[in-house]
Amino acid sequence: MAEQKQNIVEIRHLYKAYHRGSLVVPVLYDITFDIVAGEFLALMGPSGSGKTTLLNLLAGIDKADEGSIRVGDMDITALSETELAHWRANHVGFIFQFYNLIPVLKAIENVELPLHLTSLSKKERRDHAEMALRMVGLDHRMDHYPKELSGGEQQRVAIARAIVTDPTILVADEPTGDLDRVSAEEILAMMERLNAEMGKTIIMVTHDPRAAQRAKILRHLDKGYLTDDDSQNPL
Amino acid sequence: MMILKILFRNAFHNKLRSGLTILGIAVAILAFGLLRTVISSWYAGVEAASTSRLVTRNAISIIFTLPISYNEKIRQIEGVKMVSYGNWFGGVYINEKNFFPNFCVEPRTYLEIYPEFVLSPAEKKTFLADRKGFVAGRKLAAKYGWKIGDAVTLKGTIYPGNWDFVLRGIYKGRDDTTDETQFYFHWDYLNETIKKASSQMAGQVGFYMIAITRPDLAADVALAVDKTFKNSLAETLTETEKAFNQGFIAMSGAIVTAIQMVSFVVIIIIMAVVANTMAMTTRERIGDYAIMKTLGFGGRDITVLIFGESLVITLAGCLTGMILTFPAAAAFGHALETFFPIFIVSTETLYLDVLAAILIGCLAAIIPTRQAIRIGIADGLRRIG
Repeated sequence: MAEQKQNIVEIRHLYKAYHRGSLVVPVLYDITFDIVAGEFLALMGPSGSGKTTLLNLLAGIDKADEGSIRVGDMDITALSETELAHWRANHVGFIFQFYNLIPVLKAIENVELPLHLTSLSKKERRDHAEMALRMVGLDHRMDHYPKELSGGEQQRVAIARAIVTDPTILVADEPTGDLDRVSAEEILAMMERLNAEMGKTIIMVTHDPRAAQRAKILRHLDKGYLTDDDSQNPL
Repeated sequence: MMILKILFRNAFHNKLRSGLTILGIAVAILAFGLLRTVISSWYAGVEAASTSRLVTRNAISIIFTLPISYNEKIRQIEGVKMVSYGNWFGGVYINEKNFFPNFCVEPRTYLEIYPEFVLSPAEKKTFLADRKGFVAGRKLAAKYGWKIGDAVTLKGTIYPGNWDFVLRGIYKGRDDTTDETQFYFHWDYLNETIKKASSQMAGQVGFYMIAITRPDLAADVALAVDKTFKNSLAETLTETEKAFNQGFIAMSGAIVTAIQMVSFVVIIIIMAVVANTMAMTTRERIGDYAIMKTLGFGGRDITVLIFGESLVITLAGCLTGMILTFPAAAAFGHALETFFPIFIVSTETLYLDVLAAILIGCLAAIIPTRQAIRIGIADGLRRIG
């Protein structure tokens, strides 16, 4: 009998619009879908389709106008700003297109940064951060500042920072968008390993088909609508 | 701890901008410190005044004199310990550019009443013995290179003619606030000389200095002195030395107010400069703050980062400015020591420097902090790249 996997994310009737003065610009319409624990999902779509907005909503860095998002056992649409910040610190790991490392912190300090919101001791923080950097193969560059690292290396530091708190989900917004082909392959391989070996649930926004083909599930957004059913990655 | 690390590194991340801002604050604090010191030095006479000394002058105006005969009557008033007297001489050394205060006084009592003018016993003895002798403050003697025994001639402006003196003593100030630029000679020398020219002008003094037995008797003694000479040809006005000195400052009150205003304008200008720097810095770092918020850091952390950075920059500028104030004040005081004999950077001025820096740092950070906290994470992240 096949094992029934549990949903880690449940999105129901999500609606989001941006307000520019009196102008209301709808971005997402009635989005409903689930993500199973341990999934590697790619959200694709043309520019302005609403994929980054959807990612922001399910990562808790933006608020929906209507609908609900449940991550694990938590309805994050019901949380206040402060509760959301606390929830993000514990449950979400972020990987951005432009790495978004703090330029005045060394690689190890950047990885350690989210751990300052936990109750770990100084030594435990350092041990966790070193381990995360070892996992991405950058333990030899832990004392380097972001500007002293290549784009690929910076993204690996960002991945280490994303996984150091052992989050429930990893969200990645165009993680290879600013990288050359070789570095992009390395990053995607690393994300694949995180999903396959560590069972991390990854939700990735991309418009790069090469990146999308690494995901197990592919969803398309167009003009704010999900345009396909839940399906295995045809790429 | 990590927040403090980010804060300090942020403060000096753009070295040129931070350096120029710190330099600007340092110059402003230096200017503020010097202007405050000018004001303090204006009031130095008031601060140095003793609470157990009174000054009696003509009730009509300081420019009118009092008869020498009042001396004995004042001495007999209860609570009076000692009386001295003197005149403003207003002599010029070589030319008008060489201004310094010069008085003729009754030397024995005057030096008793002013123990802060410290003279060696030998110099005091020779000064008291020589009617043409004078004593000068240490700074005044150093400025003109006078040595004991040197002959000095002053040109009289109130009392015409050339007046020859011999330097018999150089006094040192007992306290930091003691004026060391004054010139004192014998009242008898002046009186006897003018008696020969005009007997009507003789026997007149410009002021009486009264030492009282206890400071709390000041009001009673002053009242008794003035009552003694009520309805006489030269009525008196007696007040504490402090009030007397304050009366002089009141004449230049508008200048002091103008200097005070300029000192605060300097602070307002630099506040605008720091606010501009912090606004630019925050605009550049809005992405960093968005990342921190994404990771779960809250508005309080962002506030600490921005306020902290602003305060680090302003306090670094303040410290630099305070350090520069001391040599600048020494040079300024040296150049204008006859006008500002006591030009010392006071502790109060240093406290005001720090207070001004903290105020600038905090006010400059308010608006940028508000902007950084209010901006949505998604909006902040969009500004990266």
